[in-house]
Amino acid sequence: MSATLFHKVWTAHAVRRLPTGQTQIYIGLHLVHEVTSPQAFDMIRARGWTVRDVARTFATVDHIVPTAAQRRPFADVMAEAMIEALERNCRAFGIPLFDLGSGDQGIVHVIGPELGLTQPGMTIACGDSHTSTHGAFGAVGFGIGTSQVRDVLASQCLALDPLKVRRIRVEGALGRGVYAKDAILEIIRRLGVKAGAGYAYEYAGSAIAGMSMDERMTICNMSIEGGARVGYVNPDETTFAYLQGRRHAPQGEAFARACAWWRSMASDPDATYDDEVVLDAARIKPTVTWGINPGQAVAIDERVPVPADEPEAGRAAVEEALDYMAFRGGEPIKGTRVDVAFVGSCTNGRLSDLREAARVARGRRVAPHVKALVVPGSERVRRAAEQEGLDAIFRDAGFEWRGAGCSMCLAMNPDRLAGREICASSSNRNFKGRQGSPTGRTLLMSPAMVAAAAIAGEVADVREMLP
Amino acid sequence: MSAERIVRVAGRGLPLRGDNIDTDRIIPARFLRAVTFEGLETHVFEDDRVQRPDHPFSSPAYRDAAILIVNANFGCGSSREHAPQAIQRWGIRAVVGQSLSEIFFGNAVTIGLPCVTAAPDAIDALMGLVESDPPAGLVVSLDELQIEAAGRRWPIALPAAAREAFVSGSWDATGLLLDRHEEVEKVRARLPYLRW
Repeated sequence: MSATLFHKVWTAHAVRRLPTGQTQIYIGLHLVHEVTSPQAFDMIRARGWTVRDVARTFATVDHIVPTAAQRRPFADVMAEAMIEALERNCRAFGIPLFDLGSGDQGIVHVIGPELGLTQPGMTIACGDSHTSTHGAFGAVGFGIGTSQVRDVLASQCLALDPLKVRRIRVEGALGRGVYAKDAILEIIRRLGVKAGAGYAYEYAGSAIAGMSMDERMTICNMSIEGGARVGYVNPDETTFAYLQGRRHAPQGEAFARACAWWRSMASDPDATYDDEVVLDAARIKPTVTWGINPGQAVAIDERVPVPADEPEAGRAAVEEALDYMAFRGGEPIKGTRVDVAFVGSCTNGRLSDLREAARVARGRRVAPHVKALVVPGSERVRRAAEQEGLDAIFRDAGFEWRGAGCSMCLAMNPDRLAGREICASSSNRNFKGRQGSPTGRTLLMSPAMVAAAAIAGEVADVREMLP
Repeated sequence: MSAERIVRVAGRGLPLRGDNIDTDRIIPARFLRAVTFEGLETHVFEDDRVQRPDHPFSSPAYRDAAILIVNANFGCGSSREHAPQAIQRWGIRAVVGQSLSEIFFGNAVTIGLPCVTAAPDAIDALMGLVESDPPAGLVVSLDELQIEAAGRRWPIALPAAAREAFVSGSWDATGLLLDRHEEVEKVRARLPYLRW
């Protein structure tokens, strides 16, 4: 009987059918952070419960940490209260916390893989919609809310409905200066921001098979931006090579056993899918969003849409986005002046992302009117980048080199846009107000494109700037 | 642990037009800097309301509304439960939309906020009705799977499990999940990665 990875993982973790008709699913790894957990801990305390499976629960701080001055107590009293609550809860229940300055801290979706916690065939839950990132390893990651964090803390289980599976094959090779970020932006542009509802996205095809784990994480990360709560790539030799030797990965002889099981969890070659979409990698260009949702994107050599040319049903949405962004329909995206450039986030804050941005920044200067910052995804990424001298390249070019955290992706810390500023951003959401100013504007793009925009002072084609 | 049974929600409607209204708009991230959900209702749609003085959540005509009427993909984006919490604490008891984001829907179930879907023409009619007559009474019935207003009825849809959870008062799932731990132990025993 052939099956997809999603169905194999679902079946392996299914406890029982609940009286409501939902399925009780065991969660193999629960990642906790400071924003969506304090109320959940309070709820389990109030009900006299405890944390059921402490050995499968790990915590870090990422959303609220300042990235400029990380000394405690934080200047922001509320941020300090939140980190203290997490520290207290982790102590009280015996949950390991990768705290600030531990060497292991970072964005939850960056450190899970780095530490080898994220492994193929697992179910993973975290109170954050970008938990789909872990799917890059052939795990099934569910982004959940706080009451579900409570459920997982108390029972190590979730009540869920099964998903259909759509295979998205990206075939061929991406061109020079075209990255995983461009591929996922193109996928979302093509399928739309709500097409993934009810689906898990399985990313496949030769372009995905040729990608590094960092690149696969970028792809899976933004599944939710296409409406799919779950996205994954079947585990292969690239996956196993990444995991070998990591702290929480199986060691020695156990590693070979693990590889055999991981391989067995991949989708069977003759598995059937509820839907399939094929993209030609060679046709994907550097892609930039122009609107207020991640599906509103164009290639670097295209123009923002003209409302009158749009089908009537979509016209109002285009008008609303153009109005918010202050774009004229038909304007080229290239040449759009930017005020801020942000390299970082769980989408693109890993070492290879920083390397690509540094390739563009090396020996150049950030435009005088641009504030540019590089925020590594984790303390480990930061150290590795410093060992390679990337921090010096960025600093010499006029970028600020910061501590690890979510930072300006969602601006829960002091890193935020002011007024109507436009930000070239390697993050995942261009929603109204997302980057901290209620009227701020976001252009999503790859980290290399962000570096190019920082230097040119406007949206530029990175293919013209790569050495 | 059993929760309140939710079979029927009656009250005034609040029409909020537009597709893809994301959770950052429902409750901007700066209001997540807190360790409780208390007071979130005062910031619901705060930035949208400042930029749009005629925002329905600011209109006195809808202040007593209990049923939020929305278009497609409502609640997309971040998984912050703060979004349905803010809406519920503001006074909304049910959401009727063309479609809802999956995570928002799941979060809403766990806090006892039914979200149901209806056909685009039904949503259009309901929004039009409530815009022209804000005090109009709406009744969302989860057992009959319909919404009734101004003497008209439209069918609504809701996944069977969620409907059962509301109608039987089992939408707070933790109790169910804790019920048979021996079956969880069986699953643990068959998962090799728990003891490589």
